[in-house]
Amino acid sequence: MKNKKFSSLLKEWYEGNLSFDERMDSDIHKKETAETEEKEIRLVKDVEKAEKELTSKGYKFFSVIFCVILALILILTVNFMPLFADDSTPTANEVYEHYVGEGRDQTGAVNTVAGMILDYRAFDTLGESFVLFTATCAVLLLLEQSKKQKVKEKESFTFSNDPIVCTIVKIITPIIIVFGVYVLFNGHISPGGGFSGGSVLGAGFILFAMAYGEDNAAKIITPKIIRVITICSLSFYCLAKSYSFFTGNEFNGIHSIITPGTPGDIVSGGLILPLNIAVGLVVCCTMYSFYMVFKRGRLD
Amino acid sequence: MNLLINYEAVTSMVLFAIGFTMLVFSRNIMKKILGLNIVDTGVYLFLASMGYIEGKLTPIVPATGEVNALDYINPIPQGLVLTGIVVSVSFSALMLALTVRLYKKYRTLNLDKIYEMCRKEDEQK
Repeated sequence: MKNKKFSSLLKEWYEGNLSFDERMDSDIHKKETAETEEKEIRLVKDVEKAEKELTSKGYKFFSVIFCVILALILILTVNFMPLFADDSTPTANEVYEHYVGEGRDQTGAVNTVAGMILDYRAFDTLGESFVLFTATCAVLLLLEQSKKQKVKEKESFTFSNDPIVCTIVKIITPIIIVFGVYVLFNGHISPGGGFSGGSVLGAGFILFAMAYGEDNAAKIITPKIIRVITICSLSFYCLAKSYSFFTGNEFNGIHSIITPGTPGDIVSGGLILPLNIAVGLVVCCTMYSFYMVFKRGRLD
Repeated sequence: MNLLINYEAVTSMVLFAIGFTMLVFSRNIMKKILGLNIVDTGVYLFLASMGYIEGKLTPIVPATGEVNALDYINPIPQGLVLTGIVVSVSFSALMLALTVRLYKKYRTLNLDKIYEMCRKEDEQK
């Protein structure tokens, strides 16, 4: 066995004709000297190393092949799909005609998407808000550190001493926050709404925290404020939508006091504006707490 | 050729295939999470493009007057994509937090190595 060439041995082993155990057994019958043992160990190591290299190359090749085949199968399916931007697609059915045609008069929102997600499908959006809330809770549970395990200042990456970042952020943060509030409050009459406005607001606060240091930001936006805002928004959403769900039915004799109002006004669309604000606050708090928890390990 | 007209669907399928391959075959956890995000992007592109109809307006109707539904594109896929984006953000954050915990314990992002270490720990017990 020793006389065999390394490559042929490797080939044999790789094809499954030779296993390590067999070789060990056959070696026991031979005279065991220190030299052969050493050689054997080296050989085993070499074989393992080569095998690893081979599999890693094969692995990459196989994954590329897999990717191409998967893409080809999916593209083959695309061939049988309805045409893009065509008038007669099956998605353009009576549901869409109802939402667009009567959505404005029923919900009071000029923006049909806002009217759809916050009125017809409001419980879906409530679920989304709770997904965000649960994600915040889970991230806090996983990553929150006590104050004793404070991250050393030198280790953590900070912008607070950078003059360029600080100056730009000083100018740009108020503009971002005002724009976020605009998007939030105009969700029912223009493109935008709770999720986009909340993300813009959250980005503004994250920039603020980046430039002025997380310690200073945490003094202004304390964990208590974040907690209170999130829980109040979620409970308000729950109660308001439950009310409109209960009174929306014409048969129990209770009439909702919330009216759609004049479409196009800022205060219109019934519950859509308050719900947009609630969702936006939840999204904003979630973004901000994600940043703070990943950066410093805690909110305060 | 349908494929040339459905170019957005072809693009999203390619994105899906790349992301899925990354998700399944990559050993690095960070790359897995990135792959999942690419899959998400493909799905959003696919969904959002389903609602578009050539020559029609965005679904923001005028404040007064009659509304003809056939003048506007389909708003439903946009609402669905919104849901997907929110879920993917939460999911990515949760996965990244778990990755941070794994890295703090095992000091590596390679799933195979983490698995080996876990097995050794089990054997020692």
